[in-house]
Amino acid sequence: MTATAAPIATPLPADWRDFFALTKPRVMTLVVFTGLCGLLAAPGHIHPVLGFTAILCIALGAGGAAALNQWWEADIDAQMKRTANRPLPGGRLRREDARDFGLLLSGASVLVMGLAIHWLAAIILALSIVYYAVVYTMWLKPRTPQNIVIGGGAGAFPPLIGWIAVTGEITLMPVLLFAIIFMWTPPHFWALALFVKTDYAKAGIPMMPVVAGERATRQQILAYAAILLPLAAAPWFIGGTGAIYGVAALALSAVFLVLSVQVGLRRSQPDDAMRPEKRLFAFSILYLFALFGALVIDRLVLA
Amino acid sequence: MTPQEKAEFDRRRRQRNLVVGAVLLGFVILFYAITIVRMGD
Repeated sequence: MTATAAPIATPLPADWRDFFALTKPRVMTLVVFTGLCGLLAAPGHIHPVLGFTAILCIALGAGGAAALNQWWEADIDAQMKRTANRPLPGGRLRREDARDFGLLLSGASVLVMGLAIHWLAAIILALSIVYYAVVYTMWLKPRTPQNIVIGGGAGAFPPLIGWIAVTGEITLMPVLLFAIIFMWTPPHFWALALFVKTDYAKAGIPMMPVVAGERATRQQILAYAAILLPLAAAPWFIGGTGAIYGVAALALSAVFLVLSVQVGLRRSQPDDAMRPEKRLFAFSILYLFALFGALVIDRLVLA
Repeated sequence: MTPQEKAEFDRRRRQRNLVVGAVLLGFVILFYAITIVRMGD
């Protein structure tokens, strides 16, 4: 009896752009920006080559964590319109390749940070990756409607790491920068969740508007925005920055609060265009860029 | 594998090799620079 060998289908090698997409480049721009601001605003001096290396490591670490996040969430991503065309649910990349790529980036970023900068920054970087990929993505995101509050912690690490890369120690100022992003994340993301909530419900993610209802979400957006105002100004109050940052922080946070009040006090109608929510989401991105930009300008002027 | 698939296979592999090569070269230059800076500390 002769057996005819079935032709073996050779899968196409993955396009390098799909690996790049795994790192969530758009999120990475915010990570690089806040990390760079932390680095530039920190008291002290770092050689430009080492400063570049530190930011590169923060970016690679964030990219690695994002790849691990997409590896873990491929099934969830496939169910949501916004994420269905990512490389894994789109079938353009193998899951285990995404996992290995994420582990490689994560490991390499921590190692290089430790060897080139110092190990405190490397340890905090490793902590941020584990926090995002394991504590947030694998553990708490699918289990609690407070997932965004917890996820905010992951996004808050870059300025802290950038600062520590220069000073080599953890002081109140970088912790405040951490706290600002931590408090900024819930209103930023819940504003988005309010106008894409149907997708999250379909994917079974307990996003706040789905679980606690729209009204509770709006109230919490308002609460976080109210806390953010004094917190954003705190670096000025404790004497860590000059008036340039202080005035910018108060003005930006006041606008943020006004937009949050508009979102917090309204209720959506059927077929609502959700304009205030979209406006708050768009402003929240501008807010973070402007706030941290002011921090750096303030430091450069003072110096 | 059809000739078109083969061409696409080769194109992707070539591009990936180029990207990996560029990244490795970038790291070689970076590590060289870090070493020089570190030696000056």
